[in-house]
Amino acid sequence: MELYQLTVHAARELLQTGGITSLDLTRAILERIEKIDPRVHAYLTVIAERALDSARDADARWTEHRRDGSRAPALLGIPMAIKDEICTRGVRTTAGSKILHNFVPPYDATVMEKLNSAGAILIGKTNQDEFAMGSSTENSRYFTTRNPWDLERVPGGSSGGSAAAVAADETLFALGTDTGGSVRQPAGLTNTVGLRPTYGRVSRFGVIAFASSLDQVGPITKDVRDAAIILGAIAGHDPREATSVNVPVPDYVAAMRVGAMHASPLQNIRVGVPREYFIEGMQPGVARAVRDAIHVLESLGATTQEVSLPHTDYALPTYYLIAPAEASANLARYDGVKYGYRAPFDSAQGDTLRDSAQGDTLRDSAQGSNEMWDVMRATRGDGFGAEVKRRIMLGTYALSAGYYDAYYLKAQKVRTLIKQDFDRAFEQVDVIVGPTSPSTAFKIGEKVDDPLQMYLADVFTLAQALAGIPAISIPCGFADNATLSGVEGLPVGLQIMGRAFDEPRVLQVAYAYEHATDWHTRKPQL
Amino acid sequence: MEYEPVIGLEVHAQLLTQSKMFCACSADYAGAPPNTHLCPTCLGMPGALPVINQRAVEFTILTARAFNCEIPEFAKFDRKNYHYPDLMKGYQISQFDLPLSRNGFILIDDAGTIKKIGIRRVHLEEDTAKLFHDGNASRVDVNRSGVPLMEIVSEPEMHSVEEARLYSLKLRQILRYLGVCSGDMEKGAMRFEANISLRARGTTELSATRVEIKNLNSLRAMVHATEFEIARQTKILNAGGTVEQETMGWDEARNSTFTQRSKEEAHDYRYFPEPDLPRLEVSRAWVAEIEARLPELPDAKYDRLMRELGLSSYDAGVITAERDVAEYYDRAVDAGKARGVEAKTIANWVSGELFRLMKERNVEIGAVKIAPAQIPDLIALVNAGTISNNIAKNVFEEMFATGDDAKKIVQAKGLGQISNRAALVAIIEKIIADNPTQVAGYRAGKTALAQWFVGQVMKATRGQANPALVNELVADKLKSL
Repeated sequence: MELYQLTVHAARELLQTGGITSLDLTRAILERIEKIDPRVHAYLTVIAERALDSARDADARWTEHRRDGSRAPALLGIPMAIKDEICTRGVRTTAGSKILHNFVPPYDATVMEKLNSAGAILIGKTNQDEFAMGSSTENSRYFTTRNPWDLERVPGGSSGGSAAAVAADETLFALGTDTGGSVRQPAGLTNTVGLRPTYGRVSRFGVIAFASSLDQVGPITKDVRDAAIILGAIAGHDPREATSVNVPVPDYVAAMRVGAMHASPLQNIRVGVPREYFIEGMQPGVARAVRDAIHVLESLGATTQEVSLPHTDYALPTYYLIAPAEASANLARYDGVKYGYRAPFDSAQGDTLRDSAQGDTLRDSAQGSNEMWDVMRATRGDGFGAEVKRRIMLGTYALSAGYYDAYYLKAQKVRTLIKQDFDRAFEQVDVIVGPTSPSTAFKIGEKVDDPLQMYLADVFTLAQALAGIPAISIPCGFADNATLSGVEGLPVGLQIMGRAFDEPRVLQVAYAYEHATDWHTRKPQL
Repeated sequence: MEYEPVIGLEVHAQLLTQSKMFCACSADYAGAPPNTHLCPTCLGMPGALPVINQRAVEFTILTARAFNCEIPEFAKFDRKNYHYPDLMKGYQISQFDLPLSRNGFILIDDAGTIKKIGIRRVHLEEDTAKLFHDGNASRVDVNRSGVPLMEIVSEPEMHSVEEARLYSLKLRQILRYLGVCSGDMEKGAMRFEANISLRARGTTELSATRVEIKNLNSLRAMVHATEFEIARQTKILNAGGTVEQETMGWDEARNSTFTQRSKEEAHDYRYFPEPDLPRLEVSRAWVAEIEARLPELPDAKYDRLMRELGLSSYDAGVITAERDVAEYYDRAVDAGKARGVEAKTIANWVSGELFRLMKERNVEIGAVKIAPAQIPDLIALVNAGTISNNIAKNVFEEMFATGDDAKKIVQAKGLGQISNRAALVAIIEKIIADNPTQVAGYRAGKTALAQWFVGQVMKATRGQANPALVNELVADKLKSL
């Protein structure tokens, strides 16, 4: 086995015994990136020198810990990749957008502070759809990340760079953000593990906002144990984040292993299977893999029963009103005045979208004020890509006078109904399982001109976000794909959802399944 | 036709909290170099988030209770969306449909007529950054961005510029009493927006169109703009025209309003609940706890000073204008009780000599060296006949300059009144002996010369002689000649 193939927990054991050094591990990852990333395009930024320096520091600290027998921080010396949506002090953070092409945050996101103090080593920032809006990374303003399982295909999105980097062994683990499936869907499409925590479980401070009431940070890892380790490292109340919840952080690794030594590890676990998650138009191979996975859960002692989430159909329209509405405000700050991209005045002059009302406002204040508005307008026109602009317009419309009640307010009411669907189902079952995505990875360019088709790629990952509940995607097989020859197929993700703050149960079920199968050990041929 | 103005005011008051509304930056930015009070949150940096300043919420509830407002059990913050380079996030966090308070009122006294002005709501929001325009560049100072701003919205219930002025002054007085706002208009701590329409006098319906004047940065600007706008609308209506609904600005230099936005161009602020902040649950216990911090308010103080202490309306008014002065006075009155000094006499000294010297020497009440209890001490010396009222004024000036006790000054300078009969008789006899011409005149019937003799005695005693006693003794002596 190569060093870059290690999981976090395996690397930890080797670092602890002194079997490997962080410098070796970091070098192996950097070499892997150098070799593979020109084909995968997972990274937007790689900070090799800084990572090597950090690895040397980590090794020195490891030597100390080994000498005095003290416990090293959980991730000391472990390389990581971070989605470019997450602010990293001193390291360019673009959110996949041109409008932040030169933005270097002077602060760390809270999750970065936590990972830094846990000793992890930042390797680089991963590609994504612009402002996390998309399901394929095709909306990145830089390039499209390739699926390591088939370089002609997308890795999913928006955290596609993070998922591809993990799948291609270009990092030991990564962070993504999940607003409507952006961690789970790419994990499902790349045979990795992607966890969306409960809303409020992980701080959003320093995470560039797409839709504030939906955004959550989550790990993308090579197995379930790593997901539990990383969640434990990033979870917790943050006084800088008013929606972060002050509930204790359990030992997720211990919780995950509940029942693991038992012959039927999932005894007493009631698994719900929502009829609405097996829909027409779904790729048959995906449905088959998920059905097989449910049988595995039964064989592990779980009882399964059909449940109904009757408002599932409304999740997509509800999401596409609330998320763009919040985004339309969240993205208003990017105007070229304070930081980031600013359009040159020459190009602004060509802008024909003059707004006389706003021009008038400034008539008496400053000479050249029209120039200011023109530059701001051109900055946004140029700095944002088509999908971002589409959503800003959608959101602006949904909040407009005369439409607010019919769109935004109605969507909020339906959101409550969707939440209640889950509340009722969780009265009968402990977890709910279904597919992560209706299809396996699609071809680059296949859906890029059809936003609605692209939106449907997230059809199974929106409701959990709206309800604020945790959900994980784990590898559960491969589906035949007619367009491929000589390959067994493309990865399929199994989604396991739990009650709010019941990540322990979600991880327990995921771990039991993973332990009983070997899908997660399959690696793409690169 | 005769028209009656209908005026509503929105007053923005900066709160005197230590930190800003949604971050830990210091809100006390006055005099600080530009862009030194800022952080990712008040700069609107990517990923930065707001956290509610609890003190600002408490100040708002306190103020709302002082304005007799209801405090609903739930409140929330909303985003008000608009683009302007002084607005760091592209939206302002404000309160839309669930404000911290609503339905209150205050009383104003318009030349003896007491009027109740409704307060629709008091809510909390954040201030914007400040723009400076020099030549062809515009500059942004972010220090003000995120400073807590309380918005006090009146009902459209004022019908003259004077009422609007009195209402504003009353608000300012109460805010200063509560210690929640400095009220310093030169520093922009209180700013105004006025809504103005006209209707035929005697009618009660509100006009369908009203003009809003924004960015009135002082009371003076509010008064001038309101006057100007009433005159402008009157002229339009008298000429048979109709007033258009629009948003106007105020040009201080040209002393006129100007159109900013017509009705068609009005902003759609697209308010929606701020997803970064949880809904506020305002428990009754919390409200009670805040209410317990309410000081005696100016109206109650004014009333008490008149009814219980017998002050004139003028004295009660000037003494209660500022809380610090009123409390100074209250402490002086308390100290006076033990010395049998009347509250009214103390009021005369405070509103007379003290105010005169404060104004003359430009001293704030907090910096006055005379302790409240020293005032009744001085008055007690007058009452005891130790010094005359005139001497007391000199002593008071000395006290104001040094902070010394009246008694000490009187002793040190030998200002004690001469009430010793024998001593005075000796002085009078000497004056009579030294001035035969005047004595002769008096005897010849010029009795008015008695006052000349009194004057000589006062001169000889450097004014320290007890004037009543001198009068009596001089009269006796002259008669017995």
